[in-house]
Amino acid sequence: MTYEPVIGLEVHVELSTKSKMFCRCSADYFGKEPNTHTCPVCLGLPGALPYINEQAIDDCIKIGLALNCTISEKSLFERKNYFYPDLPKGYQISQYRWPLCVGGKITLDSGEIIRINRAHQEEDTGKLTHKGKDTLIDFNRSGVPLVEIVTEPDFTDVEQIRDYAKKLQQLFRYLGVSNADMERGDMRLEANVSVRPEGQKELPSYRVELKNINSFRFMVAAVEYEIKRQTEALEKGEKLSQETRGWDEDKRQTYLQRSKEEAHDYRYFPEPDLPELILDQKKIEQIKKSLPELPWDKSNRYKELNIRVEDAVRVAESIELSQFFDDALKHGKKHGVKPQDIANYIVNKKPDIEKVLPTQIIEDIKDKKVGVIDNNEQLEVLAKQAIEENKKSAEDFKAGKENAIQALIGGVMRLSSGKADAGKVKEILTKLLLEIKN
Amino acid sequence: MNITQLTLTETIEALKRKEFPEEDLNKAYLERIKDLNPKLNAYLEIVESKKGIPAAIKDVISTRGIKTTASSKILENYIPPYNGTVINKLLEQGASIIGKTNHDEFAMGSSNENSAYGVVKNPWNISKVPGGSSGGSAAAVAADLCVFALGSDTGGSIRQPASLCGVVGFKPTYGTVSRYGLIAMASSLDQIGPMTKSVEDAALVMEWISGPDGYDANMSSEKFKVKNEKLQSGIRGLKIGVPSEYFEEGLDPKVKQVIQDAIKKLEELGAEIVEVSLPHSQYAVAVYYILMSSEVSSNLARFDGIRYGKGRDQFGAEAKRRIMLGTYSLSSGYWDDYYAQAAKVRTLVKQDFEKAYQKVDVIIGPVSPTVAWDFGAKLDDPLAMYLSDIYTIPANLTGIPGISLPCGFVDDLPVGLHILGKFGDDMTVLQTAYAYEQATDWRKEKPKL
Repeated sequence: MTYEPVIGLEVHVELSTKSKMFCRCSADYFGKEPNTHTCPVCLGLPGALPYINEQAIDDCIKIGLALNCTISEKSLFERKNYFYPDLPKGYQISQYRWPLCVGGKITLDSGEIIRINRAHQEEDTGKLTHKGKDTLIDFNRSGVPLVEIVTEPDFTDVEQIRDYAKKLQQLFRYLGVSNADMERGDMRLEANVSVRPEGQKELPSYRVELKNINSFRFMVAAVEYEIKRQTEALEKGEKLSQETRGWDEDKRQTYLQRSKEEAHDYRYFPEPDLPELILDQKKIEQIKKSLPELPWDKSNRYKELNIRVEDAVRVAESIELSQFFDDALKHGKKHGVKPQDIANYIVNKKPDIEKVLPTQIIEDIKDKKVGVIDNNEQLEVLAKQAIEENKKSAEDFKAGKENAIQALIGGVMRLSSGKADAGKVKEILTKLLLEIKN
Repeated sequence: MNITQLTLTETIEALKRKEFPEEDLNKAYLERIKDLNPKLNAYLEIVESKKGIPAAIKDVISTRGIKTTASSKILENYIPPYNGTVINKLLEQGASIIGKTNHDEFAMGSSNENSAYGVVKNPWNISKVPGGSSGGSAAAVAADLCVFALGSDTGGSIRQPASLCGVVGFKPTYGTVSRYGLIAMASSLDQIGPMTKSVEDAALVMEWISGPDGYDANMSSEKFKVKNEKLQSGIRGLKIGVPSEYFEEGLDPKVKQVIQDAIKKLEELGAEIVEVSLPHSQYAVAVYYILMSSEVSSNLARFDGIRYGKGRDQFGAEAKRRIMLGTYSLSSGYWDDYYAQAAKVRTLVKQDFEKAYQKVDVIIGPVSPTVAWDFGAKLDDPLAMYLSDIYTIPANLTGIPGISLPCGFVDDLPVGLHILGKFGDDMTVLQTAYAYEQATDWRKEKPKL
């Protein structure tokens, strides 16, 4: 029997609002002296009360709208009760039964659709540092706004996870709601992994939560490991159960953190210190109108201009670059420069968009256009020379490292003083390398 | 003139007329505290104030630089780095903190016997409980150990001790006074309010301490304003509801008689007495103990032994009992039957009052089924203790304002009259109380100490 993985993801993203979720402290905590961005509220001192940061709510709504969620006109904050030294109140203010954003979706590059269960608002915890026998607590991060985005169990492999995470990161930056830097912990991933016999429609009776894995690379490794471990276990006829596992990078395997019996009962109940969150359609519409054109909408628009898919995605990578590209397109149209040529220029030359004006690159392209080499024979000569000069990259490419071709394209561009047609060069190089391989 | 017998309003007038300086005022109270507190144990902490109008603050309200214990061992050494909103507002008005008053641990109790620092004695008879949880504040006002006091009321904790100690105690509409700095017991029920020597004083303190502060998210946007003409306008034509459910079994017949006399008095003053029904009152105590304890179990989680220097074993028996009850009713598998069900019945209790208030302006009845009882009498029967709050709890469940003011004596112990108002209509409650107070002499009675 063959098995297929069933994976759901939970992404936590820290919002880059000025102040924290429920108090006036600065939310910009990274690298600051410990316990300097604190007050009675985020320290959870007796008698202190939370007060909602409206900016964070707006940002959460932006994320929800961008992920095609329905925004709840009435939602509630709830308390998630558990003890942990980094949680000063003994509960986290979160959302559970009545989240702010529900039922969205996002389309991956492969065309597959991942359904979003919810996006809700909550607060971050403090940070523990272990030093020898001591544990130190820094509450600077306590109360920083967090949005949690939960998918349905729609992932079946790690490639999809990679693409999804990349898309979310890009989205957060587009919306200007977070730096979404994974290294700094602005964006964190948790995965729920199980496997089932291929063809089975029902969800498996268990799921393994992969938690507290603070690097994206490790998370991918842990998911891959789990798929293998669970498949093997089922093949051996073992029964798997609900549990939480972590990642041991030294042994390169997952390990049990909490079994089903030890699972927390969070005893959620409506946060009595906060009023219901009531939103009117007018406000939601207002936020909708304020959203920028989203990355995938941009690249779709570019594709309609006959720009190659990978280039369309590249120029839409950041909101700044796409803005630059849009300006260049406008200018290029006036001068009869083709959108693909502008995309080529940006992808290959990587102009410093903070220093160069879009009009300048159009001028550049027009000047160079005269001497563009698009003659196949001429290009083949240059390509062969580039392969000769960089055998390592050629070998790498043949061994499956697709990225290695970039170096060879670079070589051709150099040999042609930048006049070669980059699109054609790639085609020719690929053809040549595969011929040699065969 | 006996300085310490003056009401807040009278004290302000006397200071204006320069009859005595603020130093003498503070000195008079401090001397009386030194003399009587060892006997009453109303204060846990005394502040040697020299200026301002001396106010007693329930020790569950955060005061910067002044130890705030919530009458619990767990906060034995806790000195807050910040003031609650009400403290800042009082200081702005020229009040000073003369001390922090004793109460049941984390404001949980009806007799003050749950304090980790010993019981407060009732100034009218020191073998009797002062009521709770704001027993220290009530005793301090009754014994003239402060000009006025602040208490907090989650299920009757201002009104019941006010009733048992013969002072005025006012629980405002939920959301009128900021809870910022009030160590939470049950956040959806807690409300800070004044405990005073007269109704006029209560109205004045309300004006001082009310209004939105940007820290308590559940506050109404309006500030409470005393309109003196309204306060003193009498109650001719006012419709007063008497709920039959508040006069049934369980109410001491002698207390019942005193309340009925008070109702007669109000009728003489021109009010129209109307019978009303609050059929879901019988569930109020049950609903309260589920919702309140659920919130308690979460609110007390922050005392986790990591900070404040004491472990959770330092909680008193009642705190532990409520943490366990609340944890149980919020647990998965029990939520629907307990918390969710109680929340629904809370709505029914609310609807009872809304219906009654379509017919009447205020509702009247007893505060406590009995007068002050002997120490230990209900200590090993928590249920009997819980039932002593049967008349006060509905106001917290519904958020409406309520007052207790002296209306007579039974066996030489004070009885309080309970006046409940519409949500947000604190003024009519005070107006009714004022009319009754001015028409009677009960406020002039003082305990012999």
